[in-house]
Amino acid sequence: MKITMGAVVMGGTSVLYPTGAWRDQRPVIDHEACKSCDTCRDVCPDSSVFVQEDVYYIDYDFCKGCGLCAYECPVDAIAMILEEK
Amino acid sequence: MNASAQENRMELFAPGHRACHGCGMALSVRHILKATGNQVAVVTPTGCLETFSSPYGYSPWRVPWIHHLFENGPSVASGVAAALDAQGRGDVRVVAIGGDGSTFDIGFAALSGMFERDDDVLYICVDNGAYMNTGGQRSGATPTYASTTTDPVGKLRPGKLQHKKDLPAIVAAHGAAYVATASVAYRKDLQKKVKRAMEFHGARYLQIDTPCPSVWGFPSDHTLEVGRLGVASGLVPLFEMEYGNVTKVRKIKPITVDKYLRGQKRFRHLFADEQGAELVAKLQQMADANIAKYGLSSQSGGQ
Amino acid sequence: MGAVKVVEGSQAVAEAVRACRPQVISAYPISPQTHIVETLAQMVADGELGSRYLRVESEFSAASVLAGASCAGSRCYTASSSQGLLLMTEVLYASAGMRLPFVITGVNRSISAPITIQVDQQDTISLRDTGLIQLYAESSQEAYDMHLAAFKIAEDPGIMLPVMVCMDGWILTHSYERIDFLDQQDVDRFLPPFKPANLMEVEDPKTWGSYSEENVLMEFRYALQKSMDYAQERIPQVMGDLASYTGRDYGGLIEAYATDDAEVILVAMGSVTGTLKDAVDQMREAGRKVGLIKIRCFRPFPARQIWEAVRGAKVVAVLDANVSLGSEGALGLDLKAKLCGRPDGPLVVDFIAGLGGREINPLVAEDIVDQALEAAQAPTPPWAPIWVGLDASIVA
Ligand SMILES: Cc1ncc(C[n+]2csc(CCOP(=O)(O)OP(=O)(O)O)c2C)c(N)n1
Ligand code: SF4
Ligand SMILES: [Mg+2]
Repeated sequence: MKITMGAVVMGGTSVLYPTGAWRDQRPVIDHEACKSCDTCRDVCPDSSVFVQEDVYYIDYDFCKGCGLCAYECPVDAIAMILEEK
Repeated sequence: MNASAQENRMELFAPGHRACHGCGMALSVRHILKATGNQVAVVTPTGCLETFSSPYGYSPWRVPWIHHLFENGPSVASGVAAALDAQGRGDVRVVAIGGDGSTFDIGFAALSGMFERDDDVLYICVDNGAYMNTGGQRSGATPTYASTTTDPVGKLRPGKLQHKKDLPAIVAAHGAAYVATASVAYRKDLQKKVKRAMEFHGARYLQIDTPCPSVWGFPSDHTLEVGRLGVASGLVPLFEMEYGNVTKVRKIKPITVDKYLRGQKRFRHLFADEQGAELVAKLQQMADANIAKYGLSSQSGGQ
Repeated sequence: MGAVKVVEGSQAVAEAVRACRPQVISAYPISPQTHIVETLAQMVADGELGSRYLRVESEFSAASVLAGASCAGSRCYTASSSQGLLLMTEVLYASAGMRLPFVITGVNRSISAPITIQVDQQDTISLRDTGLIQLYAESSQEAYDMHLAAFKIAEDPGIMLPVMVCMDGWILTHSYERIDFLDQQDVDRFLPPFKPANLMEVEDPKTWGSYSEENVLMEFRYALQKSMDYAQERIPQVMGDLASYTGRDYGGLIEAYATDDAEVILVAMGSVTGTLKDAVDQMREAGRKVGLIKIRCFRPFPARQIWEAVRGAKVVAVLDANVSLGSEGALGLDLKAKLCGRPDGPLVVDFIAGLGGREINPLVAEDIVDQALEAAQAPTPPWAPIWVGLDASIVA
């Protein structure tokens, strides 16, 4: 690809760089226990929690596995599980 | 899983940035942009935020974003604001988001100039209390007795001896319409303050405490816990000022400072011996002074 | 034709800047730049100029404001001198790298220490590697014309670099000269509004100032160099275009004066070239084959044009109003590097001349010519530059 003048880049292109490969621990949401309180989505520094029809999912392409969602979840509905590599 | 349902990827601060695990700064930026909406241009001086959000070809910014140098964030922001105004595009507002090193230290003259001119910029300092991008050296925002790589704990010194610069007061002394402090631990409050700041024109200042797991030395899932403890201890007072007067504070049920300090490697030396205990007592005095000054305690009534 | 007025050089520059309609001006005072930015401030205060004028707290911020404003798509301008220009250095590197096309007047003044307000070109020369395009004016009229051209050169889609118009402090900025002004309509025709390829829009957000690594960094520097090469072709075209409005054609990147059959060719830039033209005339009258090359554009460096003009000469005497301490003058160094190894080229001798306002008059020029010829007769070329008008006896 040709370089751009002055290294100007299109916004939002970081989604081409999946940071999920950085993960050692994988957050797994227990959908039974989840109360859809939105905390996990709110606290994620990598915007890697999304919600579809009130159900919360992790975007594993980007989740780095920091564990903030699991730590902050008020009902302990998220478990951090060692990533098998 | 339907990719189009992954609205998270369309956030104004998109995933794919390269901040460390559990970075408080990345999380605050995400919430800053949620509060401003997309009618803003952002200027960021050199630092962690710039580095983790701008590797060539991969930008998480879905708003116009400029990085230029380390010490000129305020002036570049002033220039953007002047240009947009000259072009009749004053509806696009300018937000600068810089680290404490660029804000408190190397860019301080530029910051003062911007506030003296009262240019229409919201300047946000994402404060992690040291120069993290270069490995955690001491800054004017480093808290007392924290160990940093350039002011390390040694046989003769317990880390930084001086106070953290009281930048909100200094900025307020310029006559700024709005000055506030926030913590990433309280994101609703943070967003509220950003929105309030955007109601004013001219130069405004918001300083956000953004715990840094990598350099403060705590597990990456504790970022918000550490942030909450800092606020609860009184060492990180949260307040708002309008035209130089404190208008609101976030009330706390004070905890002792050791509860905040203990969980962080940068303060580990304070718990090693007798001398450390004396220093913790001094930090407690500082926290108590903050609590008194701002009327933080919910137990004592206060302001 | 526009108005003709006798005005101070600073006023001429301010008028040129006003005619170019910059949206943002930002400046910090330093002698001898002050009259330019004061005049512009007065124009803004009187409503004669619609620019946003930011009175910043340092030159570092003045240049930084332009970086931001330029990024946001505005035409913008500043001026500085000496210490102020050095303070801008880091901003200029970054702005060139980010392809931000603003215009700066570099009012030449020496560099501290000892602190002085006397003129030489050490300040602007020190910025030669930043990625700036640098033009040097002989007269205030030429400075006026160069400013009009500068915005067009800077904003050319194939160039997109900051342009600095250099003019000697005091000698030009503070002396009165008869100036032919161009009508505003003609300026507007010559210089349409700035339309950057990368617009700053919230609907199509872009990222400026990315971090890059070894996989692309060299290519970005090479792209700058290529734009400089292109600028060598484009600058004379822009100046020619302007000349069709003004009727004043100074030549392109260089002006060759009486060089055709010259044995000795002086090379210099800035206001001294006016004096040197008189000196050349006098020496020609006395039957000496002397010529002059006035460098109008120092970056990009017009090596090929200089070579074409000097190749038949015996010796080239470069007058450097700067010195790269520990080596020699910057102009001499460039010329030697570019001419080295070309068959049958002239000897190049470097003269450090005019530092801190040290006078150069036709007699001094003649002495330089004599010394250059002497050097050409010596068995080997000199290793050290020759300091002109130096009183070595007072140096301990
Ligand atoms: C003029 C200059 N000096 C030093 C540096 C090196 N440098 C880059 S980022 C940085 C520290 C940034 O600290 P801060 O502003 O607190 O941001 P953080 O990385 O902590 O978020 C330093 C010292 C530089 N880029 N430019
Ligand atoms: S060093 Fe700290 S502030 Fe910087 S990216 Fe890592 S966690 Fe964030
Ligand atoms: Mg920092």
